[in-house]
Formats: sequence, structure tokens, C-alpha cells
Amino acid sequence: MLINNFLLLGALLFCIGVYGVIARKNAVMVLMSIELILNSVNINLLAFDRLHGSLDGNVFALYIIAVAAAEVGVGLAMVLLIYRNRKSISLDELSEMKG
Amino acid sequence: MSAVILAADDIYVAQNIGFGIIAATMIAGALKVVTSKNVVHAALSLVLVLGGAAALYLLLAAEFVAVTQVLVYVGAVMVLFLFGVMLTRAKLGQEGNLNNKNALLGVPIALLMLGVMSWVLIDGFEDTRLPQDGSQVSIEAVSDSIFRPYLLPFWALSFVLLAAVIGAIVLARKD
Repeated sequence: MLINNFLLLGALLFCIGVYGVIARKNAVMVLMSIELILNSVNINLLAFDRLHGSLDGNVFALYIIAVAAAEVGVGLAMVLLIYRNRKSISLDELSEMKG
Repeated sequence: MSAVILAADDIYVAQNIGFGIIAATMIAGALKVVTSKNVVHAALSLVLVLGGAAALYLLLAAEFVAVTQVLVYVGAVMVLFLFGVMLTRAKLGQEGNLNNKNALLGVPIALLMLGVMSWVLIDGFEDTRLPQDGSQVSIEAVSDSIFRPYLLPFWALSFVLLAAVIGAIVLARKD
């Protein structure tokens, strides 16, 4: 297999995730797009790991999975808090910091 | 590039076909995640992407990461997402507009990034092959790697997880 197969797939998933972060209004959907981005990075790490025959990519992929789990936990707690205070999780309406 | 693939004699056809199927599934799922008008459908498409990623990790000989991916992502994170969807009372099974008004701005940005990255990757790696010696990454070696050279990040990660758990509880409880 060519390594570019994996790297290009990772790049494509990354770009789809970036589009999702930009385009989505619902906060939960933005978190899902961030998961897409993190997964594309993991694919890249493991592909390079295989190419160079080292183990560092494996270790960092595991760390990224752990950090992603923590991030989703805190992120959804924040979304829940926002929903409780405003009855809406539309990111368009969170404009207090606009000045 | 396909001519290069066809001309190679040490090509592993089965792996490439498997990769193609998995990649097509993942791309379709990812597009559904960012375009679906139904939150639950998007979450289920995300399962498809995450499962496909696990299959790719198997293809890349990283068994342990694949198992962890299934356990943590498909198991825990997706349940968390579905709880998030449920608790924020998104209209289950109904379609609504999930995009904001500048959604179309994302298309040129994403395409631009994809173009630049593809160009760099194709230019940089041309037809570099992954090694096909059939070796697997042993879990033993991974654990040795985690607990010797990468012990400090492991500790830091433990504290990050602890802080995240406490933070999530503090944020989400009702007082």
C-alpha cells in the first residue's frame, strides 16, 4: 500500500471536519466534527508509525484517544450548562463576547 | 498514480481493495456527519467513520490502538454524544436546520486546505510504500514504550483525565 493512500484520506477527513466546525450551528454537531479531525490525525500518526517502524505513533495515538475522550466529556458538560441557562445550544446566539 | 500501482509487482491486491472499501465508507460517513439535517443520523454516521478508522488501524498493524478505538470511541464517546443529544432535547427524529448562515463559507476554506495538503503530500511522498512484512506491533512493546520513554506524558494525561472528570461533574451537576 502507498502511504499516500492513508495520508490523503487523513487530509480529506480533516477538511471535512474543518468544514463541519465552520458550518454547523448546533454545538453537539461541532463537537462531532472535532472528533473527525482528531481521528484523521490518528490515521496519519499510525501511517507514519508503520512507515518508520517505530512505536511512538502508537503511543501518541493512544494519548490522543484519551485526550479526545476527556475533551468530549468536558465539552458536552459545557453544552449542557449552556442549554440549561439559555434553552438553546445554537452557537449563533452566543455573542456576549462580541463587545 | 494508478499506473504506478498497476505496474508494481509486489502489490497486495486484497489490502488495497480492503482499504478502498473502508476509505469510501469513511468518506461517505464523514460527509453525512457534516451535512445531515438530523442529529441522530449524524451521530450514527460518526459511528461508521470511527469504526472505519479502527479497521484502518488494523490494516496498519496497530491492533491495540484499534481495540482501544472501538472501546473508547464507539463504546464510550458515542454513548456520551447520544446522551448529549438527548439531554439538550434536540428534536429526535426530526429534521431541522443545523447549519449557520455562513455555512457556505466553509466550502472554499475546506477545499483550499484539501488542495494545499494534497499537493504537499503527493509532492512529498510520491509513491513511498508502507512495509509489507506482515509484522504486528506487539502490545508488550507498546506498553514498554508508554511506561519508559513516555512516562511523563502518561502522568500528565492521568491528571488531565482526572481534571476532566471532576470538571465535567462540577459543570453538569444541578445545585
